Amino acid sequence: MYGLAMVKGLMVTLKNLTRKPFTIQYPEERAKQHPRFRGEEFVWYEERCTGCASCAKYCPLGIIKIETSPSGSMIPQGEKYRLEVFDIELQRCMFCGLCVEACPYDALFMGSGFEQGQYSRKNMVITIDQLRNAEKHPSTWFRPQLEGYEGGTDSFRRTPTIAQGESRFSYDPRGGPPLGWREVGRESWRWHQSEKAGMRLEQDEAVPDTGSDEPPQSGRGSDAAAD
Amino acid sequence: MSCQLASDSILYANGIYRLVYEIVGVVLPCWVAYAIAGLVFAFILVNAVLLGAAVITWGERRVLGRFQNRVGPNRWGPFGLFQPVADLVKLLTKEDLRPEGSDRVVFSLVPVLMVAPLILMTAVVPFARNTALASLNVGVLFILAVSSITSVAIFMAGWSSNNRYAMFGAARAVAVLISYEIPVVLSLLGVVMVAASMSLGTIVEAQALPFFLVQPLAFLVFMAGMSAELNRSPFDVAEAESEIIAGYHTEYSGVRFALIQAAEFGGVGVVAAIAATLFLGGWSGPWSEYLGWLWFLIKTGIIVFLFIWFRATYPRLRIDQIMAFSWKFLLPLAMVNLVVVTLEVFLLRGDDGVLTHTDLAIMAAINLAVTVIAIAVFGNLIKDRVTFRTRQPQQVVVPGVSTIEVS
Ligand code: SF4
Ligand code: SF4
Repeated sequence: MYGLAMVKGLMVTLKNLTRKPFTIQYPEERAKQHPRFRGEEFVWYEERCTGCASCAKYCPLGIIKIETSPSGSMIPQGEKYRLEVFDIELQRCMFCGLCVEACPYDALFMGSGFEQGQYSRKNMVITIDQLRNAEKHPSTWFRPQLEGYEGGTDSFRRTPTIAQGESRFSYDPRGGPPLGWREVGRESWRWHQSEKAGMRLEQDEAVPDTGSDEPPQSGRGSDAAAD
Repeated sequence: MSCQLASDSILYANGIYRLVYEIVGVVLPCWVAYAIAGLVFAFILVNAVLLGAAVITWGERRVLGRFQNRVGPNRWGPFGLFQPVADLVKLLTKEDLRPEGSDRVVFSLVPVLMVAPLILMTAVVPFARNTALASLNVGVLFILAVSSITSVAIFMAGWSSNNRYAMFGAARAVAVLISYEIPVVLSLLGVVMVAASMSLGTIVEAQALPFFLVQPLAFLVFMAGMSAELNRSPFDVAEAESEIIAGYHTEYSGVRFALIQAAEFGGVGVVAAIAATLFLGGWSGPWSEYLGWLWFLIKTGIIVFLFIWFRATYPRLRIDQIMAFSWKFLLPLAMVNLVVVTLEVFLLRGDDGVLTHTDLAIMAAINLAVTVIAIAVFGNLIKDRVTFRTRQPQQVVVPGVSTIEVS
């Protein structure tokens, strides 16, 4: 009958009125983020970084600027560079993640944050000090080892659990605790142990633990200042 | 020295007015008391309309948000209640632009002319027993006459803006307003006939059974017609954003725009108040001596909710569909209602000319059946005009090829 469809329409909207709103009130509430979210706040572990600048070379836009100088540390492994400049010009970054893919030592991660809004383009550059001091909430993008992360300090010896489906999403970059440099690598993977010289587990353990995740070479940094 | 209102004055029935008049009249001359009492009541009415408009903007956005699974404004104040204040401050601080080539006087007059009829209309609406500013014995006629000023104001807005979109919007608005005036008037005639009075106070008292039960057809026609007169969705072609920017108020900004918006949302409130008075029994209800205003507010709120509900549900109609809906559907329905109600009143009325509760119940039963039948009959008659016809697939024979279907 004519008019019944109109009543039907009214009932549809009435049903929606009784539903809970989908809105997430952003500053107070947050949607659950996918662990592979490619956020703005790059996570960089100076302890793991060798200064090879692969990330800078791979970046299609050339917005990563790295300056290094000899540090004199870890000579038997081929001497580790001391990082002086590590700037990421965020205003041009397209978050392709190629820099993260390029890093052979798991030193650079995509971040999980998205709140880098600034009033000036000059402030859009992430400097080395910001990277050093930032809270490390790495995204699991291109870092599958993190998706099996279950917490605890014994994470060096954990086995990756990516194959176990649902546990992939148990890692919450934003809500979880910040991760130290010892917890994020792929050292437990056999190929990684053999391929990635300089970051082997035995040698890492040989480095005296300063207790505060302090870079091992930073004590000798000042006497080798260049330019 | 004391002043007394003559008992045949239209202001006599208004308790508040009489109280102010008599108290002021003790110390001041009577004509001053007359003016002061009038100003006091005018102040109340103006604020009721504008405050009502503010509350309805908030309520509409909240409820509409929930209809669309959103939250709606909720940042300032509890449940976002202060949102209208923020909107107003924003609009008042905006630049007040007037387009080049516009008619200055007419352009500036429009916002006032939009708001004034609304406030005038509230003068005859009883908010509780004996609170209508003027219990006019031609209240319904007064409302209909005054509400027509809006169409003039809208046309003035379109004409003076020197903008084609505004002109389109105004032309559409006037076309819609004129067409829908007629079914609305005819539907109100039925109400007047049953209540045997045009005074809104008397109509409220006549509603032993609320008139939306006694005359469901008239209620439907009135609600549809008023949705159109208020330029509300689904009849909002006059300000269809997707087609003609904002219609007749395209060129308005700042405080003028604020007034036009206030008139639109205040119009919803005033029309809802009138509908509640005419069809839902106004202030009558349990303990109406003391809680009349509460019943009135609740019933008005229900009607406002109905308007918001319609807006949330129906998509905008085309202008020809709107015209067809008015002339081919609402007008016949209003006529049917009028004829049926006339016959019923003629046959059921007692010798003293009064319809008893039983009479109203009988009318309600008959009219419900008439409503269903009339909607079915006239709905089927105009089906082709207001619904999309899907084309039947045609069989096309192409020589040498097997039959193909073209839709
Ligand atoms: S995400 Fe892509 S664009 Fe951004 S710094 Fe890395 S490589 Fe360059
Ligand atoms: S690719 Fe990795 S290790 Fe090499 S400079 Fe970049 S962050 Fe450091």
